[in-house]
Formats: sequence, structure tokens, C-alpha cells
Amino acid sequence: MLITCPYCGPRDVIEFTYQGDGNRERPQPASQDLDAWNAYVYDRLNPAGDHNEIWQHSGGCRSHLRVVRNTITHEILSTEFARGGHKAGGRS
Amino acid sequence: MAEYSAFSLLKNALTGNKDWKPAWRKPDPKASYDVIVIGGGGHGLSTAYYLAKEHGITKVAVLEKGWLGSGNVGRNTTAVRSNYLLPENTRFYEHSMKLWENLSHELNYNVMFSQRGCLNLAHTPAQLDDYARRGNAMRHLGVDAELMNLDQIKRLVPALDLSGSARFPVLGGLMQPRAGTARHDAVAWGYARGADRRGVDIVENCEVTGFLRDGDQITGVTTTRGDIRARKVALAVAGSTGHVMQLAGISHMPIESHVLQAFVSESLKPVIDTVLTFGMGHFYISQSDKGGLVYGGDLDGYNSYAQRGSLPIVDEVMSEMLALFPGLARVRMLRSWGGLCDMTMDGSPIITTGPLPGMYLNCGWCYGGFKATPASGWCFAYTIAKDEPHSFNAPFTLDRFYRGLIIDDKGQGANPRLH
Repeated sequence: MLITCPYCGPRDVIEFTYQGDGNRERPQPASQDLDAWNAYVYDRLNPAGDHNEIWQHSGGCRSHLRVVRNTITHEILSTEFARGGHKAGGRS
Repeated sequence: MAEYSAFSLLKNALTGNKDWKPAWRKPDPKASYDVIVIGGGGHGLSTAYYLAKEHGITKVAVLEKGWLGSGNVGRNTTAVRSNYLLPENTRFYEHSMKLWENLSHELNYNVMFSQRGCLNLAHTPAQLDDYARRGNAMRHLGVDAELMNLDQIKRLVPALDLSGSARFPVLGGLMQPRAGTARHDAVAWGYARGADRRGVDIVENCEVTGFLRDGDQITGVTTTRGDIRARKVALAVAGSTGHVMQLAGISHMPIESHVLQAFVSESLKPVIDTVLTFGMGHFYISQSDKGGLVYGGDLDGYNSYAQRGSLPIVDEVMSEMLALFPGLARVRMLRSWGGLCDMTMDGSPIITTGPLPGMYLNCGWCYGGFKATPASGWCFAYTIAKDEPHSFNAPFTLDRFYRGLIIDDKGQGANPRLH
């Protein structure tokens, strides 16, 4: 599997670290909404099909990337800098 | 009356083997059942078997989207053990071990359960201490465990590199003598025949495409072979849990599906007569009765429903094998394949009522599904029949994650690819 890093170009998957479901929303650090924290820590979308996920190019430029990949074919549909990381506010 | 016996073998041999019955029928699905079990793998079939045998519930259908046993029950590396640290896991897997020990007799079907032991190798003093702790925890609950020193290991597995100049020198190990291997296909076929003879319909090539509902209540399923109604619908779909739950309108689960690869070498003369695990990576190996080395390692490490893996893991697994057995460097790999692991957030399974009314859920088997097959079906059947869990599976709820009651044997946290 090759992932095309926007900075480094196409690289082998072995250079990347998987960080999982990119749809999760991290509550604000001061949030006391336990349901929101539980959902952030434990709930995953896990689709059979296109999956929006976060990878880090840990063996390269160390950027965090948002990758859309098909979990049935392993085809990578898009790659971009994650910037802002997991959706809501938090650092990634 | 046992179907398979020395007498029946002899009788059929003398009459040209014309009188054997197929091990299970190929019925068309009926319009309704008491219980529908989705998934014709080891867990679904054992659930149906114990529903019929232990609870007298025989109006049961097992729906399998492919052919019987085409999923993980035929894709695992066949190890059976109960060497866990946490009491919830130990009790459950030890119950499974006890069912394994009588399974061939119970099913009148030779599942070739071979208690050849499982040895976890330790490569650091801290790891040996940790194994002593786990061994003590096991013995505390009545499970067998023995620490082994280098001399004992050398006698047990002479092919192992114990020279001290190995990349990760072995210091000792933790052995569970009652652990071992079983023939995985036979487990599926044995449970299938046992369920079929008690009246269970095993319906192959029947994929569930949705759920029939009355408000929140699940009242049946839509399938590629028509609608089927049932009072109770039980899921035992392992790696496809996320997908099937989405059909029921539940979008998020504390589960990720990952691919795990397994490998078989060409046949060799007997060289490893136990199940061995590497302590400085993730690698396990045993030798089948045919002589092939059966081995595997880590997950590929990203969500996948593909049932096939990628090359970096192949490379890693082979490297780990050679770190232990340099002498196997010229052995050729014969086959490799992948299976889907439903990895939970704490590495432990889920066997529970719900989460919707009329639904029952069995999933989250991570790496551990095969050895759990008997107890998983036994506990799931109890849960379906009584509408409450048995004490063996009471800790394995779906809501434990949200209530702070996680069962994280490895202490990895909510990172499924590391369990």
C-alpha cells in the first residue's frame, strides 16, 4: 500500500503510523460531558467502504494526514494535511 | 447412538460407503424461527448447537452469507489456551478449555484437540517476573501454569536458538501444559452436524441485508433468500460486526475491524511439538499434524475488511521466526491468508443481550476467537435462552466501556490495533 504524502510524495505504508478513525470529535479539554468523552475515546465508525482516517508520516516529514481509504479494496481516494487534526478544536 | 464409530466405519467400508448421510442438510429458509443466528462460523454454529442441546430451542436458523466455515473459523492458527491475567478472562477461557477437553466426545466428531502445551518465551528479567505474576494469577483460579528454565526449554524445543548470542536471548518462559491446538475445520463441521441433527436449519449462501423492525424491536431479517422472522435475532459475525450493526442503524461501536495474516510452510518432519510465542515482538508458531508450520504475528494495523494483508507484516513475521529459529531460514512458505478481527477497545469480547430489543450480540473476539468457540456458543446460547448473561459472560457487556469496567488484559488502552 502506498500513501501519497502531500509533502514527500508516494511512500510505502511502512513509513506511516495509523491513528484511526478521523471522524471522532474531541471535546474541549474543560468539557465535563462524559458522553462526549466516552464517544471520543471508545466509539468508532468502522465502515466497510470509504473510511476517513488519520495517519502520521512518522518515518518521513512527521505530518499528520487525513486519508480517505476504502477498507474493502485498500484503495486510497484522497490524502491531505490533517491540520487541526481530529475535527473539533483539539490538537492532534 | 454415535454416527461415527469403529462399527459404523467398518459397516460402511463393507457396503461401499454408500450409506453416509451428509453432515448437515441444505434446507431452504422457513418463514419464521424462534431464534436466528447470523453467522455460520464457529461461534454461530456452537451457539445453535448449545441452544438446541442445553436449552431445547430447536426452531433455530443459522444464516451464513458464504459457505459454512468460510470465515475466521478456517483462518486462524488453531491455538487453544486459557493463560490470561485478569479473572474475568481466565474464568471464561478456562470454561472454554474444559469444554475443549471433552469436545470430540461431546460432538462424536474428532476435532483433533491436542494438548501439546503453549509456551510464552521471556527475553528480559522483567518479562520473566511478569510471567510469574500471570502464572500465579492463573494458578490462583485453578488453571495450570509452570515457569520453565532454559534447560527445560532446550529439552522441549531443541530447534530454538538458545545460544545466548541470539538477537533477543531467551531467559525462560511460562508454560500452560493443557493448552494446545485443534483442527479448526472439524470444529465447524462437528458443531454444524450436532446442531443439524437436533433440528437446526443451517442456511448457506444467505446474506443478511437488513433487519425487520417493529418500532425499536427487531423482528427478523431481510436476506438474499427472502425475509425471515424470528422472536430473537443473534449476531455472531466477528469481523463484519460493524457492517451488520450499521444495517440495524447503529453507526458506532467500540470496535475496529482489522486484518490479521496467517502462514503455513511446506511440510517438515516433527520439529516443534508445542505452541510457542515470541516475547520480543508478536509471533506464535505450532506445527500441524500434516507437518506444516502454522504461524502468524501482528495485525496489519489499519481498518480493513479485505481478508488479505500487505507485505511489511509478512516480512516482520518471517524476521521474528528466524530470530527464534535460524535453522528454518530455508523453509519455504506454502500459503498465507488474512482474516478479519473485530478488535475491541480493551481486547476483550462482548457477549450480551441487546443493544436493541430482540437482538443479541456476540463479537469483539480480537485475536482470541478460535479458542473461545465452545464457551462463546455456550454462554451466548444461555444469554439468548434466558435473556440474561451467565456469570461467565456477565462482565463482557457492551456498555462496560462507558461505565469504567473495561477488561484490558494487556493494558494497552483504547487502541484496538495494539491489543
